[in-house]
Amino acid sequence: MDFTRRETLALGAGAAVVAMLPLSAAAQAAADAEMVGAPDDFLAGATAGEGGLTLNAPEIAENGNTVPISFDAPGAVEVRLYALGNPTPGVATFRFGPLAGSRVASTRIRLAGTQDVRAIAKMADGSFVTAAKTVKVTIGGCGG
Amino acid sequence: MISRRDFLQVSMAASALYGASGFGNWARLAAQQALTQDQLLQFDTFGNVSLIHVTDIHAQLVPIFFREPEVNIGVGENKGAVPHVTGADFRRLYGIEDGSPSHYALSYDDFSSLGKAYGKVGGLDRVATVVNAIRADRPDAILLDGGDTWHGSMTCYKTAGQDMVNVMNALKPDAMTFHWEFTLGSARVQELVEGLPFAALGQNIFDAEWDEPAELFKPYEFFERGGVKIAVIGQAFPYMPIANPRWMFPEYSFGIRDENMQAMVDEVRAEGAELVVCLSHNGFDVDKKMASKVTGIDVILSGHTHDALPEPVLVGETIIIASGSNGKFVSRVDLDVREGRMMGFRHKLIPIFSDVIAPDPEMSALIEEQRAPFKAELSEVIGRTESLLYRRGNFNGSWDDLICDALISEREADIAMSPGVRWGPSILPGQDITREDIWNVTSMTYGQAYRTEMTGEFIKVILEDVADNIFNPDPYYQQGGDMVRIGGMGFACDVSKPQGERITKMTLLKTGEAIDAAKSYVVAGWASVNEGTEGPQIWDVVESHIRKQGTVTVAPNNSVEVTGI
Repeated sequence: MDFTRRETLALGAGAAVVAMLPLSAAAQAAADAEMVGAPDDFLAGATAGEGGLTLNAPEIAENGNTVPISFDAPGAVEVRLYALGNPTPGVATFRFGPLAGSRVASTRIRLAGTQDVRAIAKMADGSFVTAAKTVKVTIGGCGG
Repeated sequence: MISRRDFLQVSMAASALYGASGFGNWARLAAQQALTQDQLLQFDTFGNVSLIHVTDIHAQLVPIFFREPEVNIGVGENKGAVPHVTGADFRRLYGIEDGSPSHYALSYDDFSSLGKAYGKVGGLDRVATVVNAIRADRPDAILLDGGDTWHGSMTCYKTAGQDMVNVMNALKPDAMTFHWEFTLGSARVQELVEGLPFAALGQNIFDAEWDEPAELFKPYEFFERGGVKIAVIGQAFPYMPIANPRWMFPEYSFGIRDENMQAMVDEVRAEGAELVVCLSHNGFDVDKKMASKVTGIDVILSGHTHDALPEPVLVGETIIIASGSNGKFVSRVDLDVREGRMMGFRHKLIPIFSDVIAPDPEMSALIEEQRAPFKAELSEVIGRTESLLYRRGNFNGSWDDLICDALISEREADIAMSPGVRWGPSILPGQDITREDIWNVTSMTYGQAYRTEMTGEFIKVILEDVADNIFNPDPYYQQGGDMVRIGGMGFACDVSKPQGERITKMTLLKTGEAIDAAKSYVVAGWASVNEGTEGPQIWDVVESHIRKQGTVTVAPNNSVEVTGI
């Protein structure tokens, strides 16, 4: 039994996981995450309401290195995704122009351990809505 | 019993449903202490549709003993709710007399003496007799297999599931869903599924790369029976790539996907389905939660957690049926479907008492044909047991205690780990242990027994992680197995705490010392989900241990202290 990435992840060794990436990709990811910032940076003092934003994520990640996440945010002009338990919580920013037929996107993200994934959508009138889901990252192996 | 049945009928009347359970008649048989096949099969045909449910057979072709769990703790909203009620509490809840056949079939205590009186259970030739009898009453009854069928025995392992496919095909199911089948590897699964003469269903089986429905499995199938358009939607085990080795079926992704389940229900209703049945391998608590979130499912046939319940559980207007495991039970559900909706039901959980129900001769011959090439290997006596050997229980079972002893002695380890699976028949005190018996509790495609070093800190991480897969208060975060069984180490578990705080008092039993987080211990275990795990097969390790012992005795296991119940 050699301890692969799944165990390392479960141990919450987030820093070690990032170091396993090729250096340029890690640096790029870090830079992107810095740009997304934290939820408070996006909200800038406003309060986000509930409803009007659907966030889809698995309850338990099949692979913490690539967790499928998608959202549907009708009427949003910008949606930001956060993995609140990652070393750098900002994941991605999606901007929708006035001609966007739907405000839907899907991506895959890396999670350092069990945590909440949060999406915050900025609507055309400047208000915010948010949705979150807990995604569990586990060693597994005993179901039966 | 009376008050409970009254309550059931009252609550169903409120939702325009009426129901009855076949259980009352069955319980009364206890007084007579004489059980006949006619009594077991007695059922006043009702309504216009019949469903027959079998699930979690785990490749048990011939009769076995199977002891139900003593410890089955419910958490969160399921605290104290069925199926988390065991023993005398379970019998009081359902009005079952002590010492009755239902006591023996559905609860754990006095198992050894009742087992001697009532005999073995299951056997697919007996199941065939029951299925044929129901079809004689209702020729167009729908037979549904909830999965975990192509796994769990030597013959299944050595034929890569072919023995079970041959036997089940003769039983003529109408549809099936899946779990352990995938541990045959995706290439073999594809080969077998493509040859099935019935529907292979799973609305939650997705292509891992594109995250869209997998082509090999349909989400649902329509049936026209009794003048009713019926949709059966499949729900495979949601956490296969986590609970079982992902590398064996990397093309597939699963998950609960209840939003897609709702979309499928809406789709089949829009196409005219008057009855929507979900053939599920979610596990009971997950099915209860899904029934509360997804609207429009009439019946959930629930599998995975191996619960056997003599009455359906009602959630909203959905009835949930739990049909046990290892071939021990068959559920019959008759439904009255009129004006496009389910108006009522009649249900019976039929225990397969193998000495009471006559085997179907054709099926017996077919089963013999599957077993014949392996007869000598299967029947070799390896040892004998003085103790009752069983597996079920949240924290330990005597079979796993014996397996952990084998790992510690044969692999020279400090600590042993055995996976918290729920399959595997029981052996009564005084019985011989054959090679078949050992394979029945160990057979799998990733049975290599590893030997490695782990720090005390890492062992705690594993225990906390697995404990959360059972005791997370939200069923959607549970995987449906039991706690990893530990040999050579004691611990305490407070099930009410969050992950990271449940496990304390870890103690190395051979020295009595507290486990040191920084120190490394030699750990032997089996069923690792990691690719490339090396070591002898677990069944060979256990066989060698039992052979050396000759007669085995398993002392009561008091090494786990459970609180917060």
